[in-house]
Amino acid sequence: MPQTAHMQGQFRRINATDRPKVRCTVDGDPVEALTGDTVMTVLLLRGRSLRRFEFGAERRAGFCLIGVCQDCWVHRADGTPLRACTTLVEPGVALVTKGAEDA
Amino acid sequence: MPSIVIIGAGPAGVRAAETLVRAGILPTVIDEAPASGGQIYRRLPPSIVRDFKKVYGFEAGRARSVHRAFDDLREQIDYWPDSAVWSAHGRTLGVITKSGPSELAWDRLILATGAMDRVIPFKGWTLPGVYTLGGAQVALKYQACAIGDRPIFLGTGPLLYLVAYQYAAAGVKVAGVLDTASAGAKRGAIFGLFSGGGMFLKGLYYLAWLRAHGIPVISGVRPVGACAGPEGAVHELEWRDARGSHHRTVCDSIAMGFGLKSEAQIADLCGIPFAFDPGQRQWVPEQDSDGRTAINGVYLAGDGAGIKGAAAAELSGERAAHALLHDLGHAGSAGRIKTLNRRLGRFERFRRALDEKAFKFPADLAASADDELMICRCEGVTAGELRHAAHELGAAEINRAKAFTRVGMGRCQGRVCGPAAAEILANSLGVPLAAIGRLRGQMPIKPLPMAAFLDEAAS
Amino acid sequence: MRTFDVAIIGGGLVGCSAALHLRCRDASVVLLERGQCGSQASGVNYGGVRQQGRDLAELPLARRSRRIWAELEALVGTDCEFEATGHLKLARSAAEMAALEEYTERARDFDLKLERIGPDQIRERFPWLGDAIVGGSFCAEDGHANPRLVAPAFARAAIAAGADIREGTEVLEATHDDHDFELRLSDGATVRARQLINAAGAWGSTISAWFGEPVPEDVLAPNMCVTDPIPYFLAPNLGVCGGDIYVRQIRRGNVIFGGGVGVADRDQIKARPLADSTAQAARLAVGLVPRLETAQVIRTWSGIEGVMPDGLPVIGPSGTSPGLIHAFGFSGHGFQLGPGVGAVLCELALDGATSTPIAAFGINRFPITENVAALRGPAARDRSAHERSTQQYKGPILQQTMTKGETTWFSLLADAFPERSCFSPAWPLAAP
Repeated sequence: MPQTAHMQGQFRRINATDRPKVRCTVDGDPVEALTGDTVMTVLLLRGRSLRRFEFGAERRAGFCLIGVCQDCWVHRADGTPLRACTTLVEPGVALVTKGAEDA
Repeated sequence: MPSIVIIGAGPAGVRAAETLVRAGILPTVIDEAPASGGQIYRRLPPSIVRDFKKVYGFEAGRARSVHRAFDDLREQIDYWPDSAVWSAHGRTLGVITKSGPSELAWDRLILATGAMDRVIPFKGWTLPGVYTLGGAQVALKYQACAIGDRPIFLGTGPLLYLVAYQYAAAGVKVAGVLDTASAGAKRGAIFGLFSGGGMFLKGLYYLAWLRAHGIPVISGVRPVGACAGPEGAVHELEWRDARGSHHRTVCDSIAMGFGLKSEAQIADLCGIPFAFDPGQRQWVPEQDSDGRTAINGVYLAGDGAGIKGAAAAELSGERAAHALLHDLGHAGSAGRIKTLNRRLGRFERFRRALDEKAFKFPADLAASADDELMICRCEGVTAGELRHAAHELGAAEINRAKAFTRVGMGRCQGRVCGPAAAEILANSLGVPLAAIGRLRGQMPIKPLPMAAFLDEAAS
Repeated sequence: MRTFDVAIIGGGLVGCSAALHLRCRDASVVLLERGQCGSQASGVNYGGVRQQGRDLAELPLARRSRRIWAELEALVGTDCEFEATGHLKLARSAAEMAALEEYTERARDFDLKLERIGPDQIRERFPWLGDAIVGGSFCAEDGHANPRLVAPAFARAAIAAGADIREGTEVLEATHDDHDFELRLSDGATVRARQLINAAGAWGSTISAWFGEPVPEDVLAPNMCVTDPIPYFLAPNLGVCGGDIYVRQIRRGNVIFGGGVGVADRDQIKARPLADSTAQAARLAVGLVPRLETAQVIRTWSGIEGVMPDGLPVIGPSGTSPGLIHAFGFSGHGFQLGPGVGAVLCELALDGATSTPIAAFGINRFPITENVAALRGPAARDRSAHERSTQQYKGPILQQTMTKGETTWFSLLADAFPERSCFSPAWPLAAP
């Protein structure tokens, strides 16, 4: 899927946007987030999925947002797994949502 | 000084801690979240500043009270935020903290582990854009985000109306509120619902507000299936109304849930026996009238031991602490327990009317899943595979079905798929739900990074 | 009441395999399993299907069993996810490497081909190995399977072939009345059989004690762990010299590893893993395969395995009771042997002998003292009655019992070593 500058994400910010910005990368692309965003929020504001389901072609975008369904695991570029809904975005983090098979 | 540990800093855990501190006992409070409040009164990340009333609505008063109560005592107690209990053996807990693994020995333990949404799979439920009602609420309250521009709210229970209202009140274009409970059932439960007092009135308010704002609110619904748009995310929901007519509603997100279910894995690891609650259609850890369990020194509080709601959770948290104090020889607790039990009795009646009459769990929807429908979203196990295991492979209970099909073997340990898988097996075999048994908690109760063990060696 | 040809106590892989093999030769079979078939050691073990590394005495049996593993689909209708991706046994020192080389030599006598992989090649072949590995031995025929599926598959095949398998049925008492074995069951029923197979796993010694031949069977709770699915890269089943860690990855991506022990209560039939063992196993697994550092453990489990002091199972005819055949105490490595043991038990029951060497596993290697002889209950019979009753059997099973000379010799041993636990009259064995 081609990446555009104004990618339509799944989530929508409602308010509370007056917060310091946080720079990170997603699949190598620079992304500007806000302090207090979870990794899930960062990823789903810019895209409609987070990860590929291991046993099928479908993609997943999280489900419960309270850290119980375990369907929102993404990785840092160094391979460290992160549970997107319960992890706050940190400055400089390099997030990966696509594996080799999605390249 | 005995080591007293409370797991969970939601309303139940907070009131338990408060009660103990008042009596001069300083507990350790362990919570997975970075701040107190649990789910319903979840506190915002430090950098997000919002109007308290806007975030918590009618619950603002209770939320503030719970937050203040904990803030007042947190310096006095041993508080472990961002700490996940992953194992429980004997009187020792295994905990993963931000700085690595740790162990905590306890003499008395209060489990206030809360609950999660109860889910029924329908075609398309794993599509991007489909979330639980609780998840939709967390996105809105905790992240100031909507799960989409045009969500459908689907399911049943008071949370359905609350979250739909919260979204609509925040200016989101709610495409519809689809309740599987029938209008008749809700009307019929009216007398029982009266006992809920303020809660009942709030529910009526949300309903009236939604209707007044032109948002379709339909009862007696059954989802048929959600399908994806070109981006691979949800884009339309097909559903049947009470008369059997089919409808299609365009959406870009769905928030669904059918009541709540207790998070009871730690109770399981502690060896607490479980009993099947036919009204709630779930297994809950057993407790006596005061919150004691069959395991000496372990007490239960809040929704982690059967769904009673947030207000009841505060009371049962206090009650568990009083039972503990009583067992330590403190005077005065017996009387307070009596008072708490009277108040909890009212909540019990309300809850029964809510869960068993007004917003009954649509077991038929769960049991009638098409063979191709994915039930276990971690492992991709379908309803057909479950039925095959029951009929061809001799799986007469859920743990055997797990061994044969992998249902519940995924990262969530069956939290999401457990209820529906049990309904399918029971229906398929023609046996009562209780006969199917329950999936057990196994340690680690949530995924535990291999790397965490390496830290231990380093330190 | 009908009298079965063979009754089997225990619905693990051994019992279910025996049931199927017996049915294939038209013997009537009843199998009693107090839980569900395959729910004990057969279902909770690591899942390794390996010949390499076994005590040489086990190799003929293991080779025979391996031939059955190859035919699993035809035999029980499913391959139970068996894959011969090889077993790679790793050395972390020169001494261990030498031990692997010596084993390779000796295994040749049993027609087991093992490939030595030296330090220069090991990382070329298996680039994901950690630094501590100096080399290994690779057995291409070995591999792994899904233990939860195998015994139930054998049970279903046996039932389809006409075996009477009764789950949820405990054998409360087993006796012999000079004609047949009589088993009193927990549901109030009684079954009679000409022969009895004791495949009761960790509880096999309880059964053997009923027949006056108690043996020192201990229990072991393996500490098993599994990760979430990660991209598939690890084909062979990994083991190490010393056995402190074993690792395998299934095609779906989950990595299963084990090491150390949990806790088991044989009487309560309960077992659980331990946090410390899990932590240690995780550290060792990451040391072996550093890439596992980014995986997550999502579940741990344990079970109850019967362990003999010499690490070898008890297989063979009873030393006290003709018609009784034992097969238990597989000491944590019975999974690969299970199908083959079932075939051997069938031969022992129907032919009185087996082509596979099993003398090393005889129950009589745990001699009975005079003290213990007094404990013999209804199963004890004098020699003449024993000889009389053998006329009814299909084959000359007397071949496998001790000669008079052997009996004398073991009694002398008992007198000479009264402190040896296997001579103690303090059985039945207490839980650990």
